[in-house]
Amino acid sequence: MASYSTNEFRSGLKVLLDGDPCIMLENEFVKPGKGQAFNRVKLRNLMTNRVWERTFKSGESLEAADVVELEMEYLYSDGEFWYFMMTDGSFEQYPASEKAVGDTVKWLKEQDKYTVTLYNDAPLSVTPPNFVELEVVDTDPGMKGDTAQGGSKPATLSTGAVVNVPLFITIGEVLKVDTRTGEYVSRVKSS
Amino acid sequence: MSASDWQPTASLETLKSRARQLQYVRGFFARRQVMEVETPVLGRFGVTDVNLDGIPAFPDAGPSPSWWLQTSPEYHMKRLLAAGAGSIYQVARVFRKGERGRRHNPEFSMLEWYREGFTDQQLMAEVGDLVCQWLECPEPDQLPYREAVRRYAGFDPMTITDHDLGRYCQRWLEPEQLAGLGRDGCLDLVMSFRVEPELGRKRPVFITRYPASQAALARVSPDDGYPVAHRFELYINGLELCNGYWELTDAEEQKRRFEADNRQRRANGKADMPVDGRLLAALEAGLPACSGVALGLDRLLMLKVGAGSIDEVLAFPADRA
Repeated sequence: MASYSTNEFRSGLKVLLDGDPCIMLENEFVKPGKGQAFNRVKLRNLMTNRVWERTFKSGESLEAADVVELEMEYLYSDGEFWYFMMTDGSFEQYPASEKAVGDTVKWLKEQDKYTVTLYNDAPLSVTPPNFVELEVVDTDPGMKGDTAQGGSKPATLSTGAVVNVPLFITIGEVLKVDTRTGEYVSRVKSS
Repeated sequence: MSASDWQPTASLETLKSRARQLQYVRGFFARRQVMEVETPVLGRFGVTDVNLDGIPAFPDAGPSPSWWLQTSPEYHMKRLLAAGAGSIYQVARVFRKGERGRRHNPEFSMLEWYREGFTDQQLMAEVGDLVCQWLECPEPDQLPYREAVRRYAGFDPMTITDHDLGRYCQRWLEPEQLAGLGRDGCLDLVMSFRVEPELGRKRPVFITRYPASQAALARVSPDDGYPVAHRFELYINGLELCNGYWELTDAEEQKRRFEADNRQRRANGKADMPVDGRLLAALEAGLPACSGVALGLDRLLMLKVGAGSIDEVLAFPADRA
C-alpha cells in the first residue's frame, strides 16, 4: 500500500494510524525559520469516530488506508447483516455488520441509496442521504384542521425511527426527514 | 482545478497594500542611504542548513550537478560586502522546498539587509523602526530565548537534561518519533507549540541570545556561563517575522559550522550540500564587521492587513501558481 509523506498531508486524506483507518481533518505546517518543521494534524478515527491530534516531524510518513466511499442500494437484512449492492451495474453485494450500520439502521429503506465506506473491501460505516422519505406507521390520531397550532407528537416511521411531527400528521402519510438532525421537514405529496 | 482557479487569492485592495509596502521599504532605505542590490535567484550552490531544503534546478545543457533556487540571498550579499559594497539591501524571491501552510509558501518575498559596522542591538533598533513605522505599532521589547522558554514552557532550556526535555516533548511526540530529533529539534518543538503563540501579543518582541547550537551564521559569546548567539528574531502576534545576526566573519569557524551541518544532515538521512567555496573565499578575503537580517515581506503584509493566511496576501500562492 502507498504511503503519504508530511508534505502530501491534506484534509480528506485516509491514512492508517495505530492500525486504525483515519481521515485527516486538518493539517497545520509549523516551522521556525531556522528550525525543525512539524505537521500538527487532526484526524478522525473511522473505527471509533474519535478525533485525534497528532504531531509529525517533517519527512515522516503514514501508510495510506484502503478506504473508499461508494454509493450502494440497501437490499435487506437477515438480522445479522445488512446487505448493500453496488449501483454501478456490477450487482456486487456487501454485508454490513451492526457496528458498521450503527445509527443509520433507523433510516434504512429498501431500494434507497446510501454511502457505504469500505475499509479493506468490507463496510466500515453507512451514511444515509441528508433527507429520507418514510411512511408513518404509528402515531396518535390526527387532529385535522389544527394546522395553525404549534405542538407536536411522536410518530413511528416504517424503519422504526421515531420523530416529532405536527399534530395533523396521520398514519400512512409519507414524511421527509432530515437524517442529520432527525427532524421532520415536511409531508411528501402522495402520488 | 476549478473554474475560478485563475483568479488571485489576494484581494485587489491587498495587492495595492503590497505595492505600497514595497514603496515604503525602498523609501526607508533610500533615506538611510542603504544601496539596493540584486543577486542571483538561481545559484551554483545551496545552503547546508539542516532544516532548510532548497529546490534544485538544471540550467546546464546535458548531465551536470544541480544548481539551486536560493533559499536566501545571504551568501551572494556577503560576497558583495566583502567586495566593499557597504550597507546593502535586497528584496528577493526565495525558495524553500516543502514549506507550505497558513504561514508558508515555497516561494516568498524576503527583505534582506546588511549594515556595515552595526551590532545586533543597532540593527534591532533599525528593524523596529522599519516594522513599527509601517504597522504603526509600539517599539518592540526584547526577551532572551532562555527567559522566553522559562516563562512560557516553565523550564530552563540551558540546564534541562536531554532526558527531561524528551519527557516534556512526549505531549506532542511518541518516544520513537523523538529519537533522532536531538536537543535543538526538541527545543524547536517547544518553541513552535508552547512559546511562539504567546510572543508579541501585547507589543512586538525580539527574542535574543539563542543557544549557541542554534547560531547558524551569528557570532557567539558567553552569557551567564552559557555560550549564546548574537541572533534575534522578531515576533508580532505569534508570527515570526525576521531572523538577524551580528555576523560571523571568521572563515575557519564558518567552515567548521558548514561541516557540522553536513554531518547532521547525514545523520538525518539527508544528502550533503556542497559548501560554497566562493563564500568562504570572500570571508577569507575579509567580511567587514556587520549585522544582517532577513524579514518575510509576505508576513509583514499579513500583519498590515490582518490576514490569517499567507494566501490572502499573495496574488497566486503555490496552489494557483
